[in-house]
Amino acid sequence: MATFNLELVSPEKLLLSRPVEMVIIPAAEGEMGVLPGMAPMIVALRGGVIQVQENGQITEKLFVMGGFVEITPARVTVLADEATPVAQLSRAEASARVREAEAAYNQAASGEAPEVREAAMDRLLAAREMETAAEAA
Amino acid sequence: MANLKELRGRINSVKSTRKITQAMKMVAAAKLRRAQQQAEAARPYAERMARMLASLGQAVAGNPDAPKLLVGSGGDRTHLLIVVSGERGLAGAFNTNVGRFARNRIRELEAQGKTVKVLAVGRKGAAYLKREFASRIVGEVSFQGKKRVGFEEAQEIATRVTAMLEAGEFDVCTLVFNHFRNVISQVPTAQQLIPAELPAAKEAAEAPGEVGAWYEYEPDEATILAQILPKNLAIQIYRAILDSTAGFYGSQMNAMDNATRNAGEMINKLTLTYNRTRQANITSELIEIISGAEAL
Repeated sequence: MATFNLELVSPEKLLLSRPVEMVIIPAAEGEMGVLPGMAPMIVALRGGVIQVQENGQITEKLFVMGGFVEITPARVTVLADEATPVAQLSRAEASARVREAEAAYNQAASGEAPEVREAAMDRLLAAREMETAAEAA
Repeated sequence: MANLKELRGRINSVKSTRKITQAMKMVAAAKLRRAQQQAEAARPYAERMARMLASLGQAVAGNPDAPKLLVGSGGDRTHLLIVVSGERGLAGAFNTNVGRFARNRIRELEAQGKTVKVLAVGRKGAAYLKREFASRIVGEVSFQGKKRVGFEEAQEIATRVTAMLEAGEFDVCTLVFNHFRNVISQVPTAQQLIPAELPAAKEAAEAPGEVGAWYEYEPDEATILAQILPKNLAIQIYRAILDSTAGFYGSQMNAMDNATRNAGEMINKLTLTYNRTRQANITSELIEIISGAEAL
């Protein structure tokens, strides 16, 4: 099957760089499967799991905490704010994050500007996503 | 002439100083390697980010309501300097260099009638600038006690800077840090952050068939830009901090290497004096004995 080059980078390191067949990314407006030869796009990410498919199977799952994806026909670059292989997620940490995000959201919900509230909401959703992923692993 | 006991004491004390500086040099070398690796690891992200930003920048160029982070506030009155320095001393002229560079810049800007504000990152630079510019310092960030500086710390600084920009507290933001050229040379460098200096369109032109303007955006350009610009700010600050950290250990390694060498020289000199004095003492004792024997 045709492949394209996938790169996954976080500010602290390069996590993945190799040819793959398909990647499913949690885009801000719904999950999105990317195949080779896709039209160039720049997409914002929400918190969620990136699934990498090689040889007809999902070989890698990584949790990302928001970021961006640049898509060109020949390559896909994921700029994640933070990325962890799903197998290495810790449930305790995820729950702690959810609590933190909930507190931040509750605080923002009372009187802050809508953008601030929305950002807090996004973080909360991402943290919940992380918890779900950690539980599934 | 100094007496022998005193000399012996000095030789021993210089020897133990040399042991300390030698150990510090080893430690600095190990930390330098780690700092360089970290800086290396951050590079891919920064490069991809620059590429994306170049294409986005083209897409919004000329748009009058482009985000402030990209185009600045339009004014040129108040300058914010983020000065990145080391957390500790004993690194030769590392902290002084960046401090002096910042000082000259502040003076220059003030001579032009601009208002200057300083955000000091790192304890040593803050202490240096406080002596002269205490009233201009609007904030201090210290990583004291932290083993390594992560991206979150840079992100925090970026958030603070963004908030200040939104509040209209400055017009132009410049980052001042020691750029790590190689182990023996760190160059104080100024980099303008806001208004952002976009990696010019020429880079996009270098890769034919990948012209930025052809991208589709989801959700839309403005939203993505609004998210990507603070990230870019954070990554620039993060890079500067890593660069400066690597430079710090390089400089420290050098300083300690010099100190070790100087201590060695000192020991040689002192040992020579010590031996001479000892010899002189023996000779004079011999003369005393011989002349005493002759007198009999």
